[in-house]
Amino acid sequence: MLRTLLSDDLPRSRWLAAALLAIVIGLALAPFLFPGAKSLNVAAKICVFVVLAASFDLLLGYSGIVSFAHTMFFGIGAYGVAIALTRLGSGWDAVAMGTVAGLASAIALAAVIGLFSLRLRTIFFAMITLAVASAFAILASQLSDVTGGEDGLNFRLPAILRASMSFADTPLFGVRLNGRLLDYYLVYIVSLVLVLVLLRIVNSPFGSVLKAMRENPFRAEAIGYRAVVYRTAASCIAAAFAALAGALMALWSSQTNPDTVLSFDIMIDILLMVVIGGMGTVYGAAIGAVLLVISQNYLQDLLLVANKAFAGVPLLPDLFHPDRWLLWLGIAFILCVYFFPTGIVGRLRSD
Amino acid sequence: MSAPILSLRGVETRIGRYHILHGVEFDVPEGGLTMLLGRNGAGKTTTLRTIMGLWRASAGEIRFAGRDITRMSTPEIAMLGIAYVPESMAIFADLTVRENLVLAARQGPPERKRLEWIFARFSALERFWHLPAGHLSGGQKQMLAVARAIVEPRRLLLVDEPTKGLAPAIVANMIEAFRELKDGATSLLVVEQNFAFARRLGNGVAVMDDGRVAHTGDMAQFAADDALQQHLLGLGMDAHQ
Repeated sequence: MLRTLLSDDLPRSRWLAAALLAIVIGLALAPFLFPGAKSLNVAAKICVFVVLAASFDLLLGYSGIVSFAHTMFFGIGAYGVAIALTRLGSGWDAVAMGTVAGLASAIALAAVIGLFSLRLRTIFFAMITLAVASAFAILASQLSDVTGGEDGLNFRLPAILRASMSFADTPLFGVRLNGRLLDYYLVYIVSLVLVLVLLRIVNSPFGSVLKAMRENPFRAEAIGYRAVVYRTAASCIAAAFAALAGALMALWSSQTNPDTVLSFDIMIDILLMVVIGGMGTVYGAAIGAVLLVISQNYLQDLLLVANKAFAGVPLLPDLFHPDRWLLWLGIAFILCVYFFPTGIVGRLRSD
Repeated sequence: MSAPILSLRGVETRIGRYHILHGVEFDVPEGGLTMLLGRNGAGKTTTLRTIMGLWRASAGEIRFAGRDITRMSTPEIAMLGIAYVPESMAIFADLTVRENLVLAARQGPPERKRLEWIFARFSALERFWHLPAGHLSGGQKQMLAVARAIVEPRRLLLVDEPTKGLAPAIVANMIEAFRELKDGATSLLVVEQNFAFARRLGNGVAVMDDGRVAHTGDMAQFAADDALQQHLLGLGMDAHQ
């Protein structure tokens, strides 16, 4: 059963299995284990970013394609839902239409970019995706009538997902059973299903062809596989998953703007998640997403504790000042790459 | 001799500034095994790569089973039923032995009977079925590269130096495998430096020198003509051992 669910791609490491189990259970019980708006927000963000990073790994890790347009597809998915909910009202029909429109646009755009550019060498393809993504981000901030410009869009979710919707008068283990909680579980379950589908894709014969092409495209062509077709298909699938992650993000945050769904910082984040976790492993993307999102949200709190603990000692309080969190994140990243060149999952599997 | 399944006429290939093949012409008869011989740098590997479309012929014509394949793309050529085993253990190191073979089987999952036939000759592949191919030894990788090309029936096999670096016992198994393929419906064009291997297996021979075919004919006659071998290949008597 578990073997089928994981598409025969078992963790192959006791520590990795334990970490993945902790993530799945931890996220499932997050509203009860870590009550509070911030922790729930972090948990939902982890769910979304696991999907986003895993879909990026389909490109980078499994296919050897370097794309800087992944955030663009994330943004397309998010704006699809946001525009539909803004214009068509806050019903599920608007959510469905927005999701389908975002999905179709992302797949179509990925197909066009792929068919025209994937014949090029890796670096030129990367440059083209960078140019297209930058142009799209500018377009999104300029077309303020549709996208809300720099301010973005704030919209109402379907009534059942709103915090004002209460399902029970009494809290369960201190947690209010309301629309916000349902929204979280919607994000959690859809993310889990999407990751399992991605696992199925990378472990299918299609996934084997992608890995073969990553290693030697000429050799794969000599067996009869058209590199450009398979790579474009991989791009379209990755774009579709990124768009779905974007739709989930919009459904969770009920607001969408260029900073939260289109910025280049997000692109860097997902690149870090994949590299830290381990390229070419869906599990690596999950581990990387958990580590990075938690670091981004709690490293400052941790540094504040250290800052207070070292009060009175020369230099150290400055070094551990909460504002220095990016410096520490950078150091942690360098150490990670140095000690785990194949990523955390690669290291755990090699032990 | 039967009608050719593959014929090359006036094939020219240039790689960058270098003119490698100068009007290559020879036939591979259907159901036969033709050995492509020649000194290092004679253009043998370039000829195989040109047939597969990996280098584009700048002039001339390549016909396979009556069809002009000169301008076809590599995947199109492969899908016509031509398998290519490049030199130097051309496997996919990140994929398991099983994935390598499944990937090469384009007409559906490999047949059990066919796999058993392969395992009988290359038993290491069954033993390391779920191991990443990168972990195999050099000889085992070469076995896998050949097995990938024969995992399902093909009309023509192009094989580049299959015995390079292999132990004698494995070479014997490979000779047996090629002989059985030849007796089936598969035609073979094999580049080989090991003349003892070539003469045991080949029906026909084409000898290349400096980007041209210098001699074509029957292998038995060529093997008996020491002077011609000496002239074209620079072989001494020890090569016949």
